[in-house]
Amino acid sequence: MMKSSVIVFPGSNCDRDIAVALKKLQFKNSMIWHKETELPKSDLIVVPGGFSYGDYLRSGAIAAKSNILSEVVSAGKKGSLILGICNGFQILIECGLLKGALLRNSGLKFISKDIQVKILSNKSKFFNKYELGEVLKLNIAHNEGNYFTSKDHLNELEDNELIPIKYCDENGKINLKSNPNGSMNNIAGIFNNTKNILGMMPHPERMSDKILSNENGLGLFLSIMN
Amino acid sequence: MIVSKDQIEAHGLTLDEYKKIKEYLGRDSNLLELGIFSAMWNEHCSYKSSKVHLKKLPTKNNIVIQGPGENAGVIDIGDGDAVVFKIESHNHPSFIEPYQGAATGVGGILRDVFTMGARPIALMNSIHFGSPENPKTKNLLSGVVSGIGGYGNSVGIPTVGGETKFNDTYNENILVNAMAVGLANKNKIFYSKAKGLNKAVVYVGSKTGRDGIHGATMASAEFDDNSEEKKPTVQVGDPFTEKLLLEACLELMKDNSIISIQDMGAAGLTSSSIEMASKGKLGIELDLNKVPCRENNMTPYEMMLSESQERMLLILDDNKEKEAKKIFDKWDLDFVVIGKTTDTNRLILNFDSKKVADIPIPALAEKAPMYERKFMLKKLKKEKIEINNLKKIKIDDALLKILSSPNHSNKNWITDQYDQSVMCDTIQKSGGDSAVIRIHNKDKAIAISVDSSASYCKADPKNGGKQIVAENWRNLISVGAKPMAITNCLNFGSPEKPEVMGEFVDCINGIKEACEFLNFPVVSGNVSFYNETKSKSIDPTPVIGGIGIINDLNKIRNIMTKKNGNVIIVIGKTIGHLGQSAFIYENFSMKDGPPPEINLLNEKNNGLAVLDLIKNGIAESVHDISSGGMLVALAEMSMSSGLGLKINKPKKLKNIYEYFFGEDQGRYLIEVSKNNLKNLELFLKKNNIFYEIVAEVQNDTFELESLFSIKTKNLQIYNNQWYNSFNAIN
Repeated sequence: MMKSSVIVFPGSNCDRDIAVALKKLQFKNSMIWHKETELPKSDLIVVPGGFSYGDYLRSGAIAAKSNILSEVVSAGKKGSLILGICNGFQILIECGLLKGALLRNSGLKFISKDIQVKILSNKSKFFNKYELGEVLKLNIAHNEGNYFTSKDHLNELEDNELIPIKYCDENGKINLKSNPNGSMNNIAGIFNNTKNILGMMPHPERMSDKILSNENGLGLFLSIMN
Repeated sequence: MIVSKDQIEAHGLTLDEYKKIKEYLGRDSNLLELGIFSAMWNEHCSYKSSKVHLKKLPTKNNIVIQGPGENAGVIDIGDGDAVVFKIESHNHPSFIEPYQGAATGVGGILRDVFTMGARPIALMNSIHFGSPENPKTKNLLSGVVSGIGGYGNSVGIPTVGGETKFNDTYNENILVNAMAVGLANKNKIFYSKAKGLNKAVVYVGSKTGRDGIHGATMASAEFDDNSEEKKPTVQVGDPFTEKLLLEACLELMKDNSIISIQDMGAAGLTSSSIEMASKGKLGIELDLNKVPCRENNMTPYEMMLSESQERMLLILDDNKEKEAKKIFDKWDLDFVVIGKTTDTNRLILNFDSKKVADIPIPALAEKAPMYERKFMLKKLKKEKIEINNLKKIKIDDALLKILSSPNHSNKNWITDQYDQSVMCDTIQKSGGDSAVIRIHNKDKAIAISVDSSASYCKADPKNGGKQIVAENWRNLISVGAKPMAITNCLNFGSPEKPEVMGEFVDCINGIKEACEFLNFPVVSGNVSFYNETKSKSIDPTPVIGGIGIINDLNKIRNIMTKKNGNVIIVIGKTIGHLGQSAFIYENFSMKDGPPPEINLLNEKNNGLAVLDLIKNGIAESVHDISSGGMLVALAEMSMSSGLGLKINKPKKLKNIYEYFFGEDQGRYLIEVSKNNLKNLELFLKKNNIFYEIVAEVQNDTFELESLFSIKTKNLQIYNNQWYNSFNAIN
């Protein structure tokens, strides 16, 4: 049985949602309060979405300084699988596990809606159950999802297949029109160099139940189990 | 120090009312006591003008666990689950400061629900703005919408629908009504009634600041030219603290340490402490030096009247403080014992070792003034709209005019700013007839709808009152839910005007009649009077929030047409009533005629028949017919799927404008496959339900025989443009 840990900060609000999805796939999941100083042995660490510390100061900035995050950082450096979703992605950037920045959405408004992303690389622990070029319908809900980075880093991401998903339209076209938040090159999620750490703005846990929508998000967890 | 006449008036009290205060105290009051009386006796807290009439509403049946009078209403939905819900207004603050006004409206209603032991599972709202041409409207709209989203998104409760309307009657008084729905264990509901002597009174949550002082008094007066100056009476919201308070309270509620709990809403520490003591027939003594303050040198007056947000008052059982404090420490929230319950039946406040207030509690609660205001019932409009007297207009132009109007345009611009999916139980988002939320971990769901019809209520308050209840009932039925109970928010002008009071009384009579007939009790609500500026009142706007239950997740329906070749039938008779319709308003700027009649018997029969058609799987999609009439409802079904419709002209000789735009009540559109059509007709005939076949689903064209033909895609373009162009950043 795979073991997972979901980190909970004050203000996290997608922690229960991700736990439900993980349990559905028989993960043995633990909820880890931010004041803890030790992480249980886990096959997957999830930093969930929400508004940790109310997004005050800067999204993710305060959570990145919490007790448990130093444990997450050292686990990440040792090669543990870490998934940051939405606010979790912002936290992974703030703590330095991922590079770049998530700026305010270009439309200057909170956006919550279903969007499409295209699988651009399935050679990773997170996407191996998807077809290359597959278009997934997922949901986004954020104020700061506009990914920005240096030109050099952007080239590095593109050249080394470190961008597994980009925003696209229903037909898989990646263009300005299908970019919901102004993100560079339509980036919806990125890896670190060793592909054990993934940050993504869309919520796979919200697409894990047919009665609500579709199960496009489950593939991510099935890939991890693969 | 004796208070002056000016001070009495500045507190919104009349000299007669002050005489009463003196009588109750047996002496003159000091300024702090005057402030407390003013906070408790204002319209917002005391319901002094509305109480006599609200008593008429039906509030009980076998599923009601708690009716009006508590923080929120509670109904039994079976399997040990209870749904806790309420709607409340935040109109006055939102006009003065739209973002914070709307945000704290959401915060307040969430607290009302989780105070009772329920985890909030959905938010809804009803927001009304002035005419789009009014220069204030754009800023108010964007402020209110981002305030609602900003709060709900951060706490992590999905905002799943509601209604947004524009009408010049709201130019100087917008309406912001927020509804919260929560889920609780039926046997673990928490109430505000205090019990037991010498029990610890505990303050938890945020610290008290100088914001919102006299907010409730401000909301109990009309606006004038200087309403901008009232900005400091608007509270500032902190959704992060709300989320912590929510989790801490629910964690504490797992065991039995809480005797009573009340959120500090309108009139803050004053109303919460008095309400708990008054319900328990006890006294309460507070040491104000212990109140956690955000600012230095706060006076007892400021502490008692501050409406700082995200605060709660608890009464704990003996020896439970230590365990309880641990929970609040974990969530980094203040937890301070500030007083105790007593047997004196008095509110006693101490500060710097001196008694600073001493008031008999009944004087602040049940002995608060109650008025039987004069009311004048309205002369009703009788004249029928004569279609032949109207200027000629092409039917497709009339349709497009309605679809592209502010009141009928697609509202994605708004709803895309609300997180509708968090908590992973949203089955149906906004845009349909009702939102549908699954009960977590169970195979059942609830439907929620919020409705109002101010123009109907203006023209005929009683009929209008009936109509909104019926429309709400219809919206719940349309998704496959059995309607259970409602909450209401009654938005009116000044109760001191007999004609406004007349509208109020008649709306209530209408609501009462419909709720009684449909067995659809009112379990909670709120009255907002004084929605007026410089003596101009808003149109009467009662808002109804209804809850329905769905016991089979496979029997949920939406408005999307499903398949080419399917047939659309209309249930209910079409007479062609154009009075107060969207057709005459959008095309001829007319607000004439009476609103459509409500026949409650037909309403009930038609509704129950539709519910049966959903249960037995015959109805593939369902949409109720409301504002805009049948053609608009057909267009909405078509636009939501992208499929087209081939619509028939009426068989009997009827005026096509009346037929397609009439707003006759009690009607539904049902999509059915040709295979099931016979069964459906048999069923309806057997039950004496009137129906007609009106259209057939087809590829991508929306057409009405020889009269017009338009691509569905183009209908969507018309329907989608208004919000984006109105809010475009220039």
